[in-house]
Amino acid sequence: MGILTFKGGVHPYEGKELSKDKPVTSYLPKNDLVFPLSQHIGAPATPVVAKGDHVLAGQLIAEAGGFVSAPIYSSVSGTVKAIEPRRTGTSAMVQSIIIENDGEYKSVEFQPVEDVFSLSKEEVIERIKTAGIVGMGGAGFPTHVKLSPKEPEKIDYIIANCAECEPYLTSDYRLMLDEPENLIGGMKLMVSLFEHAKGIIAIEDNKPDCIDLLSKMTADEPKIEVKAVKTKYPQGSERQMIFATTGRAINSAMLPADAGCIVDNTATIINVYKAVKEGKPLTHRVVTITGDAINDPRNFDVLFGTSFAELVEAAGGFKNQPEKIISGGPMMGFAVFDYNFPVVKTTSSLLCMTKDEAAQYEPTACINCGRCVEVCPSRLIPSRLAKLMDHGDIEAFEKMDGVECVECGSCSYICPAKRHLAQSIRAGRQTVLANRRKK
Amino acid sequence: MSELLHVSSSPHVRSKDTTQKIMLYVVISLLPAACFGVYNFGMQALVLILVTIASCVLSEYVFNMITKRKQTIQDLSAVVTGLLLALNLPPAFPWYLAIVGGIFAIIVVKMVFGGLGQNFMNPALGARCFLLISFTGYMTNFTYDGESVATPLALLKAGESVKTMDLFMGTTAGTIGETCVIALLAGAIFLILMGVIQITIPASYIITFAIFTLLFGGHGFDMTFLVAELCGGGLMLGAFFMATDYATSPITTNGRIIFGICLGILTGVFRFYGASAEGVSYAIIFSNLLVPLIEKVSRPKAFGKGGKA
Repeated sequence: MGILTFKGGVHPYEGKELSKDKPVTSYLPKNDLVFPLSQHIGAPATPVVAKGDHVLAGQLIAEAGGFVSAPIYSSVSGTVKAIEPRRTGTSAMVQSIIIENDGEYKSVEFQPVEDVFSLSKEEVIERIKTAGIVGMGGAGFPTHVKLSPKEPEKIDYIIANCAECEPYLTSDYRLMLDEPENLIGGMKLMVSLFEHAKGIIAIEDNKPDCIDLLSKMTADEPKIEVKAVKTKYPQGSERQMIFATTGRAINSAMLPADAGCIVDNTATIINVYKAVKEGKPLTHRVVTITGDAINDPRNFDVLFGTSFAELVEAAGGFKNQPEKIISGGPMMGFAVFDYNFPVVKTTSSLLCMTKDEAAQYEPTACINCGRCVEVCPSRLIPSRLAKLMDHGDIEAFEKMDGVECVECGSCSYICPAKRHLAQSIRAGRQTVLANRRKK
Repeated sequence: MSELLHVSSSPHVRSKDTTQKIMLYVVISLLPAACFGVYNFGMQALVLILVTIASCVLSEYVFNMITKRKQTIQDLSAVVTGLLLALNLPPAFPWYLAIVGGIFAIIVVKMVFGGLGQNFMNPALGARCFLLISFTGYMTNFTYDGESVATPLALLKAGESVKTMDLFMGTTAGTIGETCVIALLAGAIFLILMGVIQITIPASYIITFAIFTLLFGGHGFDMTFLVAELCGGGLMLGAFFMATDYATSPITTNGRIIFGICLGILTGVFRFYGASAEGVSYAIIFSNLLVPLIEKVSRPKAFGKGGKA
């Protein structure tokens, strides 16, 4: 079994106390809703509506663009105003469907089932696929593809990644407290798809209330176990999570399925259960609006397409003018220059920071202290890799296993000389991967 | 929005450690040994310490000015080099030669090769060896209470014995900082607790040297001799404060262990088979030169690629 932690990692300021005890409140959008056609890994979805069409909440507006893709549904009833490029949380311009909300929230009919276990495996996967569920932890990989590995009989662990290791984020935490029965239901459902599988719900030990609650609720479940893992960033990284819970180590050329594991985020699993049981497509998620620049940091249950700008208003607006606004967490999130971008399947939070810590320091010379080596979860030598990138030596970078980097940012975080290690290594990694694709 | 937002690559937060803080911790950790040195050897030691530090800081300042680079003296690494060099000098060493040593340490060993982090050997030890070769008489003239005496190690080599308590308390002849083992250990423990150094290199060094001494020291399993060899000379100062210098030691744990073993063997060879009574300085700078090779053979395996995860 795993050692419940991994070598390396850092302990940044947690910041979760800003929003962890605020119950989730539903938020209804005031303005138009924006649905980017690419909110997932794989081919963008293709629109099935046109300008002027009237749509209902829960209606299909774009169908999957291929096998590795996902459909997109409207979260409100209204009229399609336009189909045009709009800016998303990664600052990319993405073709999007813009819907004008008629405020009535008329919905399509859904086909719920009484007992999800009465469905066949194929029917379950089909429901998950139709609902458009993708990895809601941030990567956005289509879940129905993840649940269809090449060798299903080799899968022995379904792991619920409930670590939420990024500081400030509390959406998964609230989901565990508010919908534990859906989480367990989803786990049982996913475990039932694989004849040799057992379920592990892995929670960081800074969430003892969740560990207690879920442990009690799974006490009589023979196939589901709750495991407390050590609180350390990046415990939620897929490879580190698999290692901590099962002791198996995979590298960048392998899939979790190669180690007999399937890892999914808390929200993904909950929505898998709800989609199969209620027959509803994925149209909303919990996001955290937080940071020391926000007046009332809290958690919202938001319809996709709602603008984050509205959510900032709903969280009391800015206490101070933030220097930096981040879509996601402080370690791997994207800094945005315009916070008027839509909530999509993979956005988990908006973090508004009064001071930009990264800008406070000028990088100085590497003193060879070895802290980056100590903290790297991929057991690389970040300072050397970054230096190789500075010299443009891509071959040496690849030879030193630079591609194994999970881009967690621990190296830049810990470096006393404030060098931009993660940035250089990320650039190197993207270059190597792009070169490989060209071949 | 009324104002522009910062946009940069993740991560967006940083730990509070800085190069300057680390250097400051090293300076603090050397204060016990430095204060004892002044107490043991008098004002001349204090003058040497201040003059050497000033020489190092000024050399770096002037070099940066002449070569039109950004000033780096605020990172305090020149202060550390100056302090370490001073602690490696005999108390009666002429102050004007200490200035020469400081200039050599900073300009030749460090700045010319690219500054902080690029030095190929420990600057303080490089300067000490330069001074040892160029001004041997002054560098081997150890005084105590005004008279020239033999250091404990010289006594041991001549077959005499030394009082162990003297070695711990530091009331013996030697360089300014190497005599009081208790003060050095106190500083070392501070550094380890603050996470500035790890015990890996000192432990590997000292254990290897101890084994070498027992096997090849010529005194068999005589414990008093072993303790004297461990506490005498610059071994404690070298093992905890000079061998652990970041820029000149390996960056990985396995590398550090190998480095410590090299140091232990070399120190033993120089001390027992060499002409002079001590060998720490030469052992360290020699091992510094081996570091690129050591790093090549001790690169850790990436996660998931077969190594220990």
